[in-house]
Amino acid sequence: MLLFGQTVICGILLGGMYALIAIGMTLIMGVMKIINLAHGALVMVGMYVTYVCFKEFGIDPYLGMFIAMPVLFFIGCLIQNYMINRLVEVDSILPENQVLLTVGIMLVLTEAMRLMFKSDYRSVSTSYSSSTVMLGDMSISVPMVIGFIIAMAFTFLLHLFLTRTDTGRAIRATAQDRDAAVYMGVNSSRITMITFGIGAALAAAGGSLLLPLFYLWPDIGHLFTAKSFIITILGGMGSTMGAAFGGLALGIAESLGATYISMGYKDIVGLVIFILVLLFLPGGFRSLARR
Amino acid sequence: MKNKNIIYTAIFVILAAVLPVFIKAPYQLHMLILVMMWAVIGTSWNLLGGYAGQVSFGHAAFFGVGAYTAGLLVFHFGISPWWGMLLGPIMAAIVSLPIGLICFRLRGPYFALAMLALGEIFRLLFINLVSITNGARGVLIMPEITSKIFYYYVGLAMLLITVFVTYLIVHSKIGYYLVSIREDQDAATSLGVPTTLYKNFALLPSAFFTGLAGAFYTNYVAFIDPHIVFNLSNISVMVILVVMLGGVATTWGPTVGALIYIFLGEIFRTTLGSANVLIFGILVCLIIMFLPNGIVGELNLIKRIMSRKKESLTGGV
Amino acid sequence: MSFFEIKNATKKFGGLSAVCNLSFRVEQGEIFGIIGPNGSGKTTVFNLVSRFFPLTSGEIYYKGKRIDTVPAHKICEMGIGRTFQVVKPLRRMSVIENVMAGAFLRTGSMGKARHKAEEIIEFCGLVKYTHREAKGLPIPLRKRLEIARALATGPSLIMLDETCAGLNPKESEEAIDLIRRIKDTGVTIIIVEHIMKVMMGISDRILAINFGSEIAMGKPKDIANHPEVIKAYLGDAYA
Repeated sequence: MLLFGQTVICGILLGGMYALIAIGMTLIMGVMKIINLAHGALVMVGMYVTYVCFKEFGIDPYLGMFIAMPVLFFIGCLIQNYMINRLVEVDSILPENQVLLTVGIMLVLTEAMRLMFKSDYRSVSTSYSSSTVMLGDMSISVPMVIGFIIAMAFTFLLHLFLTRTDTGRAIRATAQDRDAAVYMGVNSSRITMITFGIGAALAAAGGSLLLPLFYLWPDIGHLFTAKSFIITILGGMGSTMGAAFGGLALGIAESLGATYISMGYKDIVGLVIFILVLLFLPGGFRSLARR
Repeated sequence: MKNKNIIYTAIFVILAAVLPVFIKAPYQLHMLILVMMWAVIGTSWNLLGGYAGQVSFGHAAFFGVGAYTAGLLVFHFGISPWWGMLLGPIMAAIVSLPIGLICFRLRGPYFALAMLALGEIFRLLFINLVSITNGARGVLIMPEITSKIFYYYVGLAMLLITVFVTYLIVHSKIGYYLVSIREDQDAATSLGVPTTLYKNFALLPSAFFTGLAGAFYTNYVAFIDPHIVFNLSNISVMVILVVMLGGVATTWGPTVGALIYIFLGEIFRTTLGSANVLIFGILVCLIIMFLPNGIVGELNLIKRIMSRKKESLTGGV
Repeated sequence: MSFFEIKNATKKFGGLSAVCNLSFRVEQGEIFGIIGPNGSGKTTVFNLVSRFFPLTSGEIYYKGKRIDTVPAHKICEMGIGRTFQVVKPLRRMSVIENVMAGAFLRTGSMGKARHKAEEIIEFCGLVKYTHREAKGLPIPLRKRLEIARALATGPSLIMLDETCAGLNPKESEEAIDLIRRIKDTGVTIIIVEHIMKVMMGISDRILAINFGSEIAMGKPKDIANHPEVIKAYLGDAYA
């Protein structure tokens, strides 16, 4: 029973941080209607920025996150404005061109980081990285708790941003119906750019929160891309609340899979869920909520 | 017009057949063998992705199944892996049936993602089912034949068969139906096309020939493991880039793409050192942004524009 | 046994009834028009017949056989063709390739399909554009291509959805002429429009619908003067 409780809590805490990354992806998907296979690479770059702040300047990762976020916001805006935006005018046989461009971007980001940092596994250890806190008889990792709390705070702030500010509303309008939003005076290319930037910044945030818990190396991006997809589809494309629940669900499922089946099969659990959701509940949690 | 193409193809085949007389260095033959293998994977992918419009991000599944069929024949039964060249594609085609059943319910990006997930599931399964597949340790075989020239000709034969079969399919009723599904699936349905059935008609040969390439790989390279043969970036995604480079929905586009991929990749690797993949990635981005229909595709476009100009000058046909 | 019959068809999307207890019969060889304001459910009727979505309740019969449970692609095989309100050309195929895609329903041979396609292209007046890519055609030609493609499948019943929308008077005349010639070949036609003049000119009988239900049915003359129809189109003041 103790093991079960610990597993579930661990899953929830991790899931909350995964959710933050996935929310970035679902925002991008909702507004731009593209599949961003470079999302994990953005996470990875964010993690490297935070890592460098820690290693070179001694800045604590939870503070370094606030440097990584604007950097990635900027990078995201550049990518959207000068690369992805170009594809809107191009007529090609494969509509999946945008997806493939994100693959190209993923390659560039990954290899650029590999050139700078080699493929060595890096890690960050602070005074509290390995401390735990006791909840009853269960021992919970401190970085997980802090990470979860910050992730939830960001999710809440984002929710406020999307519902209470003009820009946030413009983003939601563009996601729902781009043409209608344009008629209402929304500058859709600016909004698209900002949305990609925000998505990238959230990816950086989520990555930085996970930095004390994962080894960092250039290819880790793939892992996060996969997880974000599963969560995005689970939650329903474009739904931030859905992604939040999806993240928690994936975290718990993975955790249970790792504990009760085996480490190796942990990733298969997520993929199988992914396919099942695609087949039987394509609208994700969000469509359940609507019924 | 068609006769011109037949002549070009004949010239190409003859040149390719006599090439080993002039090029004997193992290194260069190795490059050419890789080109042929990738041309086969690309041409098979193109049937499903370029012509039928079903962009699969999971073709490594078929490559790996083909490769492992050949490898496991040796590993478990001591049978020559060349039988894998027959059984491998068959297994890949069989495996494609449930995959199609699952994935063809989905359209566009959802289909692409589902195929991606399935490819990854295969990779993870083959890593974890150690008693069957020997897991991450992989399978090592002792090849009986080591002559590169031999593999060159096998590869060439494989390529010619794949291109020929693909050509026949595309220029038949099946081909028309596949393209109509790609252009507008609902319109195709309204014309009486059983779309799911025809998508499977594209998937089966696509999986078959990709599996053939996989079995060839096992025979040629003599070592396989799940990370190599079920690889998402290096196979599933790379094949899409190869086809895009050369020309989606063209007969020889994938072969051109394979040539560029292998030779350019090699040039980058030897001249740029560790930055070579980065430069490759930049190249990919540039091609997608500026040459989205690939080199052959853009050539065709230019040809079409030229002929339309001619048409309007002469007052219409 | 009637040629084509819809019985008590209802289609609900969530809480909204797009089609509500609609019934009508179409006789072989006639041109049957369906008119109604925008949103009245006309295209939904077509989509129900082509099995793009299932009926909520009711039945559809064609040549005595029930067709509302048949898979979508079988509908064309059984002899019912259709065009789409928003045209769906196979954009990267040429005109003849588009029409051949239709012709392949009845043959497996490239030669026969091409021959049939050439016949249809001539019938529809598209010969000048035979090798033009569908992508580059202007709207009136796209609409004609859509009809040609449907005709190539050899239908006994063809459903035309807003063939004249967006056409100028001359183009409409050409379209009407084509429709008359189709009728002369023995094909039954159900045509949806909301331009009164076109419908009055070619239909043998007309069904007027609004909010998914019938408001009037009969000969064009009777429909034009029917108070409910006038109310639906022009408002109470004119009824």
